[in-house]
Amino acid sequence: MISHFLKLEWKQYFRSSHWQKGIALKIIMGFFVLIFLLSFLSMGFGGYFVLKKEFPDADPLQKVNSYLLFVIFGDLIFRYLMQKLPIMNIKPLLILPIKKSKLVHYVLGKSVFSTFNILGLFFYIPFSFVLIKEGYNTAGVLGWLLTMILIIQSINFLNFLINKNNKALIVIATILLSLIGLQKFGIFDVVGFGGLVFDFVYQNPVYSLIGVFVLVLLYQLNYKQLSTQVYLDGVVQTKVEEANTIDLSWANKLGDVAPFIKNDIRLIWRNKRTKTVFLMSFLFLFYGLFFFPQETYQKMPAMLMFASLFITGGFTLNYGQFIPAWDSAHYKMLMSQSFRYRKFLDSKWVLMFTMTTILYFLSFPYLYFGTDIFLMITVGAMFNIGFNSLFLLYAGSFNRKRIDLTKGGFGNTQGTSATQFLVIIPLMLFPMLLFWVFNKFVGYNSGFIAVGSVGVIGFLLRNYAMNFIEKKYIKDKYIMINAFGKEA
Amino acid sequence: MITIDTVSKKYGKVEVLNVSSIEIPTGQSFGLVGNNGAGKTTLFNILLDLIRPTTGAITNNNIIVNQSEDWKTFTGSFIDESFLIGYLTPEEYFEFIGDLRGMNTADVTKFLAQFDEFFNGEIVGKKKYLRDLSKGNQKKAGIIAAMMGDPKVVILDEPFANLDPTTQIRLKILIKELIKNKEVTVLISSHDLTHVTEVCERIVVLDKGNVVKDIQTSTETLKELESYFSV
Repeated sequence: MISHFLKLEWKQYFRSSHWQKGIALKIIMGFFVLIFLLSFLSMGFGGYFVLKKEFPDADPLQKVNSYLLFVIFGDLIFRYLMQKLPIMNIKPLLILPIKKSKLVHYVLGKSVFSTFNILGLFFYIPFSFVLIKEGYNTAGVLGWLLTMILIIQSINFLNFLINKNNKALIVIATILLSLIGLQKFGIFDVVGFGGLVFDFVYQNPVYSLIGVFVLVLLYQLNYKQLSTQVYLDGVVQTKVEEANTIDLSWANKLGDVAPFIKNDIRLIWRNKRTKTVFLMSFLFLFYGLFFFPQETYQKMPAMLMFASLFITGGFTLNYGQFIPAWDSAHYKMLMSQSFRYRKFLDSKWVLMFTMTTILYFLSFPYLYFGTDIFLMITVGAMFNIGFNSLFLLYAGSFNRKRIDLTKGGFGNTQGTSATQFLVIIPLMLFPMLLFWVFNKFVGYNSGFIAVGSVGVIGFLLRNYAMNFIEKKYIKDKYIMINAFGKEA
Repeated sequence: MITIDTVSKKYGKVEVLNVSSIEIPTGQSFGLVGNNGAGKTTLFNILLDLIRPTTGAITNNNIIVNQSEDWKTFTGSFIDESFLIGYLTPEEYFEFIGDLRGMNTADVTKFLAQFDEFFNGEIVGKKKYLRDLSKGNQKKAGIIAAMMGDPKVVILDEPFANLDPTTQIRLKILIKELIKNKEVTVLISSHDLTHVTEVCERIVVLDKGNVVKDIQTSTETLKELESYFSV
């Protein structure tokens, strides 16, 4: 029976859309995963020595221990938001002659190996390894490591228990915040206390076995809760959300593009992935904070240009690159309706224009870093509006990948193809290069003028460019209908 | 109204459709019947200029469909759920289609009021997105949207599938109402021989892309079709 399940898992994994991607994308994604794992590993191996250097008086293990309490609560909140029990997978198995208890054990057992549980080990295991190597008590370190693993697993199962419960989240968040508060205002030494607990485990590794009891208890609770609910109207049910209808009749003033604008607003707000894109674009506003305060970048104006483009371009870049794939699910219908294609494209442009403008106004606080930086953001915004938005619309006509809007938001690469990587060159590198060349060989202000004028020229030639783009979309209509019709 | 002239579609070497000639006069209710893979949906897709024919052309009211888009103003269609916009509520969807078809909000409300019985209280005012409706209710919304804006041609692919019995009967009444004045041309494909013989004056049977029967509906038609398909 287990081997059947494992086979299913294997097929599910390798036949998932993750693997049905172009080779370029696979390589790039593999690269990111590698970087991620390597950074965890290097933290594990190097953490000891870094701590030793930074805090020569303190014991690195104690230092780590003292913050573990925060890590644990943070982990719990993170999981609450991100991790769901993969119970839906068993729906097709419910009517087969398999005992329900077995299904529940399978679902719970599977969760033990979830990425959320594995990732931490990439830090804890090498860290323990270094500790032993550095002459720490082997039994103590192993006990400590076991405790960490047990805690991770307990958090895993605790999360499933509280997952359907918003009150639980508030309680945990409150505890975390009050711990931080207690520490901050010196009322109670949380860091010290947390440290003592984990130090104690290191001194007396036998006590790590307490974690086993906690884990077994949590597993039992999960098992009990699930077993009674494995029904189509129980846990094996996708939630239907109530439609939130907001009045968008104000958009009617926009004339011909109004129906599409209204549609786009709803598209963005009612689908996880587009909503993530929308909210992320506000996070991009802070991108400059990584670059502007650092002395090293002051001598590399091209990099500052890069940051400036991102500040106002978050929405245009992330939303624009998937036009018209956002509408891929109903693209056939749109193509059988009577409207000028131009209106559809215009509405996307208006959206990018509006968002860039809003983000630009929100970037005013960057004046703090001086007028030069702000000028850079200004020409960046001009470039985003004048050039990037039009260029992305054009590049969009090469999109051949369907996007299924019902799929999740964060880290979803559906619809991504080589196009998305190729467009980055003109979008980001071109203005950087332009700025760099003029700045280097002509003089400082000319860089601003060059980038800004490309934006202005693009803006002035918009009508002409749009006609050109429209023709391209109409020409590729059948190819797009065909490509968007295929399952993602 | 609609002329299909030597239309064929090939994918590689496989020919999925080959229709030499079909003439559909204005006001006719035209039924398309055939087993899976007979080419019904392909024919409708070519008619809607969603795929290009390998040879031949279809004219819709003297407009060659892949040369001008003017036929779109008087042609309403519902092929499958991909014609719906999943993240809209039915009301918003009707409003959107209405906008594209030159109806204002008042027009749309008035138009929808006629279909209260057909909707059976399951479509309007339910605070649900189209993606969360059942298959049958999605179909109801799609069929009505295809009738918005006084179309002269209405194309429905498998309209009876997934509908509950009451709605199937109501849909038949609706279609009969639509063709009563002989002004609207209706094209329907179906797997249900009873329904299609009941609402269509003319039935064409497709098999592997070819027209094998072209019948003016009479009392004998159902039997004829049943004996044809029981082989």
